[in-house]
Amino acid sequence: MAIYRKNPFDLIFSSITALASFLVVIFTIGILYVLISESSLAISKFGVIRFLSSTDWDPVKESFGALTNIYGTVVTTFLSLAIAIPVAVGVAIFVTEISPNVLKGPIGIAIELLAAIPSIIYGMWGLFTLSPIMSDHIELFLKKITAGIPLVGMLFSGTPMGIDLLTASIILSIMIIPFTASISRDSFNLTPAVVKESAYALGATKWEVVKNVVMPYSKLGVFGGVVLSLGRALGETMAVAFVLGNNHKIARSLLDAAATITVTLANEFTEADKDIYLSSLFYLALVLFVMSFVTLAIAKLFLLKAERKYSR
Amino acid sequence: MKTFMKLISMIALVLAFAHIGTAETLNGAGATFPYPVYSAWAYNYNDVTGVKLNYQSIGSGGGIRQITERTVDFGASDAPLKAEQLQKDKLFQFPAVIGGVVPVVNVEGIKEDQLKIDSDVLCKIYLGEIKYWDDNKIKSLNPKLSLPHNEITVVHRSDGSGTTAIFTTYLSGVCPAWKTKVGSGTSVSWPVGIGGKGNEGVANYTQRTTSSIGYVEFAYALQNKLAYVLLKNHAGNFVKPSFESFADAGASGDFSPKNDFYLWLTNAPGKNAWPIAGATFILLAKEKADSNKKVVKFYNWAFQNGDNKAKELVYVPLPKSLKEKIRSYWKANGLL
Repeated sequence: MAIYRKNPFDLIFSSITALASFLVVIFTIGILYVLISESSLAISKFGVIRFLSSTDWDPVKESFGALTNIYGTVVTTFLSLAIAIPVAVGVAIFVTEISPNVLKGPIGIAIELLAAIPSIIYGMWGLFTLSPIMSDHIELFLKKITAGIPLVGMLFSGTPMGIDLLTASIILSIMIIPFTASISRDSFNLTPAVVKESAYALGATKWEVVKNVVMPYSKLGVFGGVVLSLGRALGETMAVAFVLGNNHKIARSLLDAAATITVTLANEFTEADKDIYLSSLFYLALVLFVMSFVTLAIAKLFLLKAERKYSR
Repeated sequence: MKTFMKLISMIALVLAFAHIGTAETLNGAGATFPYPVYSAWAYNYNDVTGVKLNYQSIGSGGGIRQITERTVDFGASDAPLKAEQLQKDKLFQFPAVIGGVVPVVNVEGIKEDQLKIDSDVLCKIYLGEIKYWDDNKIKSLNPKLSLPHNEITVVHRSDGSGTTAIFTTYLSGVCPAWKTKVGSGTSVSWPVGIGGKGNEGVANYTQRTTSSIGYVEFAYALQNKLAYVLLKNHAGNFVKPSFESFADAGASGDFSPKNDFYLWLTNAPGKNAWPIAGATFILLAKEKADSNKKVVKFYNWAFQNGDNKAKELVYVPLPKSLKEKIRSYWKANGLL
């Protein structure tokens, strides 16, 4: 404090930075407040448990529930992570450990460009390009090879339309690959060269080096990248709004149309003409807010715990 | 420092002029469906009169909310408001332009203008009760067509929209089963089918999926060259969607100034009327006499000079008789 008193510029500088930080907190609380107050009508009508457990979504009869939306959000998020993580980690391993130096630059730039594409473009591309390919080729093929297998066959039952959970998850996974990949790459690069070289000197193969040296060193970073992607996938809207069909049903097959919270909001917000309808949409947004918050908080806790263990 | 002062005074000057320029600006918000024609009219109106019209297509629900809260000069809604609500929120209402909703099909061997369907068939298809194109009900309406035994894929909108409101209001009106099971609104709980986002989404899915049926605004059926159907109207004739059949619907529709033109233009009684049409409406705040006059002046100008522009953009201008009714409504309320 003593220094600040001597130098007024420092005082101004530090108060500006403090103000900026407090603004973030104020905005977060403000948004939460608006979500709660706007959804109060729906909260009082449907309650918490009934809203979260009801599969109803009928604007005409004014009966709303969030379960189908939550289900769609969870399924697309986890499916896209399941597709994206192996690919992203593979990309990162290739770029850091395997690829010749000439290729490292171009691949790195390509990954970053992928991250820079606005999500609406993924949406349009998904609708006009990916969705026909999915329905005419990939989904037909998946259906054919899984037909008759008990549980897996059910996952691919129904008519392949290209507007479904699978297509949406694939688009999402393409969107989140860059996040996981570039963070994984950066953390792989942090592995001390000496350790890696020692392993090679002991006769370890590339696979063994990656598995036993690089991975343990950087798993925290990779996990951080995954968490970032998870957050993005949970909240992603435009990329999936076109290819998910906004169908408020619990889909048993991956070839069924579904709805996520964000897709419902994007599709129905503009024309929500009744108070309870609008309020229910705000309620959905509140649910998503809490979901994202809880997921990220759990991930942060994990990271902290792991970090502590790691530093010891 | 001198150049700095110069810059400041220049900016001030520009701002001052800009302010004069925006002195005559009308702000409107609402339905997305009429946005292209309103903005085209506004552009021409600005050329003629210098008055700027700023229309934000935020959706009908938003338009109603904004005019109710008096944050805009006029609101726009695809769905008419009932007299009680207008009374409660102290609003005027009048129609501005008509749009038509057209069922389109993608069936092997069927071209536009060929397939005849009636309200019962359309309703049963969307309820999922008619499952195949060679169903007896469809066959009996089309004895000369050879219809394939293919499963029907129903396509509907996934987003809330005025188009859906018009379509489901039509189905509710002609089909009691639809009314009790589904009902009408900007988005409904669909018994069957897949959802496309926007007219372009429905057009795209219908085009891509064989044996499908969807419904789109007339403009999208034309632009995407989709095969539209002939639909049996209230008078019992099979009509095709066209400017004439929409205009006939508008002219035979029972619009009345007494209830602020509240009317769903579905199943209109005209001999050649297309049965699934709808007007889109303008809402004014009763106490804002000043800005109301300006808005009315704009729409009066558009009624006189905007018909060709509207047709160019595939909107159906209001028929003459209806325009006259609206003018007398304006006069009676001191708006013109």
